[in-house]
Amino acid sequence: MTTPAASPSREGVPLLQMMGITKRFPGVVANDRVDFDVRSGEIHTLFGENGAGKSTLMRVLYGLYRPDEGEIQVNGAKVAITSPADAIRRGIGMIHQHFMLVDTLSVAENVALGEKSQRGPLTDLGRVSERIRELADTYRLNVDPQAIIWQLSVGERQRVEIIKALYRNVSLLVLDEPTAVLTPREVDELFVVLRQMTEGGRGLVFISHKIHEVLDISDRITVLRAGRNVGTIQSSEASRARLVELMVGRAVALESQPSKGTGGEVRLSVKDLHVKGDRGIEAVRGLSLEVSAGEIVGIAGVSGNGQRELSEAIAGLRTPLSGSIRLGDAELSAANPADARAAGLAYVPEERMRDGVVPFFTVAQNLLLVENRSRDYSRLGFLRTRAIRRHCQELISAFDVRTPSLDTPARNLSGGNIQKLIMARELSGSPQVLLVAQPTRGIDVGATRYIHERLVVQRDDGTAVLIISEDLDEIMTICDRVLVMYEGTIIGSADPRVNTREEIGMLMAGVKSAVPPLAGEPATASP
Amino acid sequence: MSQFFTYAVLTATVASALGLAAPFLLAALGETVGQRSGVINLGVDGIMLLSAFTTYFTALKTGNLLFAVLVGMGTGAVMGIVTAFISVTLKAEQGISGIGVYLFGLGFSDLMFIKLVGTPLPINSLNPINIPLLDRIPAVGGMFFKQTILVYVAFLLVPVVTFVLNRTTFGMKVRASGENPAAADSVGVNVARIRWSTVLIGCTLAGLAGAALLLYDGIFQENLTQSEGFIAVALVYFGAWRPTGVMGGSVLYGLTIAVVLEWKSLGIIPLSASDLAATAPAVITILALLTIARRFRQPAALGKPYERGG
Ligand SMILES: Nc1ncnc2c1ncn2[C@@H]1O[C@H](COP(=O)(O)OP(=O)(O)OP(=O)(O)O)[C@@H](O)[C@H]1O
Ligand SMILES: [Mg+2]
Repeated sequence: MTTPAASPSREGVPLLQMMGITKRFPGVVANDRVDFDVRSGEIHTLFGENGAGKSTLMRVLYGLYRPDEGEIQVNGAKVAITSPADAIRRGIGMIHQHFMLVDTLSVAENVALGEKSQRGPLTDLGRVSERIRELADTYRLNVDPQAIIWQLSVGERQRVEIIKALYRNVSLLVLDEPTAVLTPREVDELFVVLRQMTEGGRGLVFISHKIHEVLDISDRITVLRAGRNVGTIQSSEASRARLVELMVGRAVALESQPSKGTGGEVRLSVKDLHVKGDRGIEAVRGLSLEVSAGEIVGIAGVSGNGQRELSEAIAGLRTPLSGSIRLGDAELSAANPADARAAGLAYVPEERMRDGVVPFFTVAQNLLLVENRSRDYSRLGFLRTRAIRRHCQELISAFDVRTPSLDTPARNLSGGNIQKLIMARELSGSPQVLLVAQPTRGIDVGATRYIHERLVVQRDDGTAVLIISEDLDEIMTICDRVLVMYEGTIIGSADPRVNTREEIGMLMAGVKSAVPPLAGEPATASP
Repeated sequence: MSQFFTYAVLTATVASALGLAAPFLLAALGETVGQRSGVINLGVDGIMLLSAFTTYFTALKTGNLLFAVLVGMGTGAVMGIVTAFISVTLKAEQGISGIGVYLFGLGFSDLMFIKLVGTPLPINSLNPINIPLLDRIPAVGGMFFKQTILVYVAFLLVPVVTFVLNRTTFGMKVRASGENPAAADSVGVNVARIRWSTVLIGCTLAGLAGAALLLYDGIFQENLTQSEGFIAVALVYFGAWRPTGVMGGSVLYGLTIAVVLEWKSLGIIPLSASDLAATAPAVITILALLTIARRFRQPAALGKPYERGG
């Protein structure tokens, strides 16, 4: 079951060898004479800042981009990969940073898409579903073959992507930031799957911004900086400091310990909220919480416990079944994002490519999406180009958005830079309440630190900040108060300066008695 | 009004409604297939006109109606090549290129008619085919089972297209290309090839629709379709991109035309109001569109040419 499709590579010949790959885009050299190879049975990590060229290199490998220069060898033979179909035929699979799933098709259809059917021109979804269940059992990747993609959480979609690759029995699999969307426990499970996959001789390329993961899973690590390979090292010789130094080209301090927020008047108040999820079941069940000006509250929890529905209800994107949401002085009744914004909410959604940017708009246009009604940027309905450009320029340099120009379409930015773009837009106003889902998912360590600092600045300016994150490290670093969400309610609260990671982790798993209620804490947990 | 509600008149009205609906249905089914893969074809009306002319001309010269219909479909296919080349290969703005094809069809069909035919002569019309036994069922037989072959074909295509879209690997690729071409591409689906095929299918059906319309009228004239091809495109939205929905819309449309015609001939609608009454089908369709179509989402990549980044 785990034997790769392609014949095992000859002794000493790497599974894959990329030599002198150069790829230019208008205004940038995304890959600059990069050498990269993968051996059979190894996990080789690509590491580097947002925009360093990791995804580009892998997209060249997968036939999505034509390299301007360079050569690719698979099992020692020179190949020209001009389309994903070519790549698949050579046993290469890729799980993209932004999922490549058709939202309106079922899991089974997505897995079967592009593959030969045993019933000729007719689909054989019954058999495909059975195979999906087998794979799901073997690798413990629980997913319902009949579910339609748009109903699935991000974590579940990830599993579908992995099953797609396993179904195609690839001998080389590229995973572009697969862990960005997973919880710590899911990451552990994924790593077991990845290890299991290499046993049959598969080679894996892994991309992640989380250093501890990289050190944990890799056999070798290649660091890219500004499109160049600046070093390939054995994982055993690597350390946190060494990787960061290679990545940015100098030593940097990464730890930051922000001060504690004080808290003021209540800005966001949710009472006994019930919200229906996409699959018709109640995803938020009687949840109450309050966030005050000048504090950062974190909602920790495994994804799929109603976080998405909660944030969409607050943002006015989803009508609650019952309960109330107050933003400042305004009561939000029916779902209406404009009302929520008018009441002072800024919202950074979880699926940013889908909900956060207009991919075909330029960087400048995307920055302006929210503010275009304001007086400064339009007069008599016309946009004031010069003021806008100055403002946008300031934003992208403040948030270090790496883009060739303001006029580049947003979809051409690297994954992490799209995130920074959205953060720049949402954090640039002075919102009453700031709601951010997964603030630093997919963002490199340097930029993560910057975004954390910005959140703290916002808090100190008196914004009520609510963060939904699966990253416990993040929660522990910047939050003043932690609420743990489990099965649609707040199961408990914790103080990151008092409680330990383990205690919060227990709550995330649904063990209620893990943290004794804190003195003076309002009873936020509902029955 | 009472003279309308007689057995004979009602049966005849429904029967002619189906005959009137068939060209819309054929064209709209073709458009549905194209749109499900992400391509809007606004040239349908022009293609129908060209095909109607070639069908007419062939029938006039050879007297062979079946051959004439095939020529009409072939004309549609040729226009399909042009449309696919512009919309898929050249990745042009689909709305504009569709209007271009429409204007070409409108002008060129008339030009050829004037040059090659001049004086309009009627041709044989298609004989209705009675389905044995079924045609004897009271009322129903008269309404449904004494139609021409093209009407049967149009309605039989509804389950066929539904099946192809939902149960075949081709249909799955079509839906994927219309929703998320990048995802389809990433698993090796040749999006351009899929879209080429759906455009060819769609235009061939538009050709058949033109032939059906011509044979229903029995004679060609300038702008024979009177923009019915555009109605067919609207019916796709009306039917929420589902063949059965498209069928519902076509029948509703055919029924309104048939009733208006019947009421005119019975004098229920006074002559002075007949121009106004002629707009009824369009008005009813627009109203229905407003109430129904809003509830359904169109294919996410509809009208967007697909380009692999870089
Ligand atoms: N299709 C494209 N058109 C133009 N420029 C592009 C395109 N794709 C990527 N780029 C540019 O190439 C550079 C490298 O991008 P790439 O996506 O490879 O970065 P990355 O290392 O994967 O970053 P991240 O960690 O943020 O995902 C960036 O400057 C990006 O803006
Ligand atoms: Mg990337």
